[in-house]
Amino acid sequence: MADLRNNFVGIKSPNPFWLASAPPTDKAYNVERAFKAGWGGVVWKTLGEEGPPVVNVNGPRYGAIWGADRRLLGLNNIELITDRDLYVNLREMKQVKMNWPDRALIASIMVPCEEEAWKAILPLVEETGADGIELNFGCPHGMSERGMGAAVGQVPEYIEMVVRWCKQYTRMPVITKLTPNITDIRKPARAAKAGGTDAVSLINTINSIVSVDLDNFAPNPTVGGKGTHGGYCGPAVKPIALNMVAEIARDPETYGLPISGIGGITTWRDAAEFLALGAGNVQVCTAAMTYGFKIVQEMISGLSDWMDAKGHRNLDDITGRAVPNVTDWQYLNLNYIAKAKIDQDACIKCGRCHIACEDTSHQAITQFVNGVRHFEVMEDECVGCNLCVNVCPVENCITMEELPVGTIDQRTGKPVDPNYANWTTHPNNPMARQAAE
Amino acid sequence: MGTTQSGILGGRLPLGEYESNFSDLHPPLDKHEALVASDRCYFCHDAPCMTACPTSIDIPLFIRQISTGNPIGSAKTIFDQNILGGMCARVCPTETLCEQACVRNTAEERPVEIGRLQRYATDVAMKENKQFYTRAETSGRRVAIVGAGPAGLAAAHRLAVKGHDVVIYDARPKSGGLNEYGIAAYKSVDDFAQKEVDYVLSIGGIEVKNGQALGRDFTLADLSEQYDAVFLGLGLAGVNALRLEGENAEGVDDAVDFIAALRQSKTKADIPVGRRVVVLGGGMTAVDAAVQAKLLGAEEVTICYRRGKEHMNASEFEQDLAASKGVTIRHWLQPKRIAEKDGKVAGIELEYTTLEDGKLTATGETGIIAADQIFKAIGQSFLGAGLGALQLEGGRIVADAEGRTSLANVWAGGDCVLGGEDLTVSAVAMGRDAAESINRAFAAAAPRASAVA
Repeated sequence: MADLRNNFVGIKSPNPFWLASAPPTDKAYNVERAFKAGWGGVVWKTLGEEGPPVVNVNGPRYGAIWGADRRLLGLNNIELITDRDLYVNLREMKQVKMNWPDRALIASIMVPCEEEAWKAILPLVEETGADGIELNFGCPHGMSERGMGAAVGQVPEYIEMVVRWCKQYTRMPVITKLTPNITDIRKPARAAKAGGTDAVSLINTINSIVSVDLDNFAPNPTVGGKGTHGGYCGPAVKPIALNMVAEIARDPETYGLPISGIGGITTWRDAAEFLALGAGNVQVCTAAMTYGFKIVQEMISGLSDWMDAKGHRNLDDITGRAVPNVTDWQYLNLNYIAKAKIDQDACIKCGRCHIACEDTSHQAITQFVNGVRHFEVMEDECVGCNLCVNVCPVENCITMEELPVGTIDQRTGKPVDPNYANWTTHPNNPMARQAAE
Repeated sequence: MGTTQSGILGGRLPLGEYESNFSDLHPPLDKHEALVASDRCYFCHDAPCMTACPTSIDIPLFIRQISTGNPIGSAKTIFDQNILGGMCARVCPTETLCEQACVRNTAEERPVEIGRLQRYATDVAMKENKQFYTRAETSGRRVAIVGAGPAGLAAAHRLAVKGHDVVIYDARPKSGGLNEYGIAAYKSVDDFAQKEVDYVLSIGGIEVKNGQALGRDFTLADLSEQYDAVFLGLGLAGVNALRLEGENAEGVDDAVDFIAALRQSKTKADIPVGRRVVVLGGGMTAVDAAVQAKLLGAEEVTICYRRGKEHMNASEFEQDLAASKGVTIRHWLQPKRIAEKDGKVAGIELEYTTLEDGKLTATGETGIIAADQIFKAIGQSFLGAGLGALQLEGGRIVADAEGRTSLANVWAGGDCVLGGEDLTVSAVAMGRDAAESINRAFAAAAPRASAVA
């Protein structure tokens, strides 16, 4: 049996599945239920400073996009940080941590960008017995209008400054949560590291308008006839999150900085992918908000069974394993050649590969052969783009087959070159580092 | 409280049971079900389902329009090719047409529910009385159509769209043809056939004269004289006879009359049926009669067909439907003699058959099934009075691919034409295409002098 125990910057949990700071972790009732369901840890919904709590809208807070059978693909939310009194939250956190000593309990914090504010709240949090803090520099809606959340996360200097304060005023591990609403995710990560953060977590939600109500001509969710941009999350954002995690994992300046992966994780497979790209553990929200806390059981068993099947003993065997294989385009091997191949026994003859290739790509798939409906790749036209694989409704019906070294590529008439060669040395590249004769 | 008495009786069931027995065979999809079902469509290129449809409806497009929340646009896509798309959605043997061609069968042996999706879209549009077509400027041309069935209505609508004035003659008191009289009640509930007729006629420029029979009230020559063109969509008004001893006994009935009477009955409780019923035949009509006899409370219903299961014209789905309702289907049995007692049917003697060198032959072995009612469903025949010199072959009208007959300015389509497929949807296609042909013929001829210069 694979060992799923997680040690993230010294914070221990029985598995790497934490609930992200969000509505599901707003109070003891939910968190108790989550721990009963098997979650390894929770990041409590973001605490604000002492005083009258924030208020939320009393109309709809979420919008969504759906796929087939109304399967939720993306969620957008305009809920703010916790709207409960700070001390109620702190009391509940302390009690829950006492009840569940083996689980991770992290406090998410968002207070104004003033040293006194951070200095004031940190001891209160520390007193709960929380295992660590997460700095919410990510929320793109509402709080950012007040100079907090993403407004901080978008200014690397502020990140560094606040992280430094936190490291100064608490012994707890500091996880800096990053916003994806920025051009280059490496900059805030470097700033967090410079400030001394123990880890980063990402991504927070993405600025979004999820849809427009075409009867009222207002964004959804519509509150009294108007809408605002919200934070986008759910399965649809996973690719963006994976890239940002990988960017930080392979950046020489932040290499080795622990990462808590967040963004659309719905299944064990999603989690494994984040781990492979360098995450030390993962945080989940939308999947739980869609299906309830029980999904963690599928995640635990799925990850464990996959690790057993592949011979991975523990999480360290996985974390970062794909990072060396993430590179820049310019280093991809231009001598690698693959062609699409259609399994005629699996083909259901829908014709989607043909029309996609014919209308939008390289005219490399037949529709008729000898007058019969028949879809086949013409190797002399196929550039190996993979579009047909992606549009085919039958899994594994179309595959990309590597051309072995030495065979003739029917498209170019040239044999496959055994040598690795990339753009940096290509004769067509005016910036080529090596002269091409 | 019903009755199990022998003889041919109405009211065999408690009143409440009729309504549920004759309710919609395939209940309509609601909006969510339609979205889920439409999501299964792959939007195939040059889709096999579209090729399989006799009216060539752009099925991937209309399903995509449903999936994007545009059932009205979807209905237009359907009606552009098939103005009777609502009825076809209900009665088409989709399992042998579009749904058989669906690539989902290859993937998972369950096609996209094309028929039910078509019904969803057309229902939405018809419920809103959404009209997609307006008449072109009046051409001054007048076309007579004989038969207000699927072929005649499809032709009339297309001709009206083109601006021609149409008069339809139909022998029955109501329009619709087989849609009104020839389809099992559970396939067309809530008077849908008449609603559809009204919907089709609302284009304007179409006058219907009911109770007017060709050969009795007028002849083809009369019409040719009065109109610029004639379209014959007569259907098959006759019924094949058994030519057997006892055929005239009380209780030997035509299945088509039984089916028609059921459709015209509001309650169904007034339709008498035997306790033990034998249906002779192997097509849709046989199944429609047998199933409905069972639904009316007949205790035993047996379909006897003179060939094997694989030869039956009734689709696999129809055969299964019959079996699920408790109808027994027996093969390789042909009727030999009807036994009667006091002038009433008492049973039927049947003879076993076999194929010898590809030829159906009787084996000589016989058996008797006790019955108090026997339905003949061994095929309909063409009644061709009043057609003059029109060329017929094998008891059907000869027409080319466009529906042109041997007579100038006379077109024909539907079941009455040689090579017709006995399908509503094929009749619609033939009527529509004949209308286009008529329109082309008008355009090719010298423009008619306008009444108002």
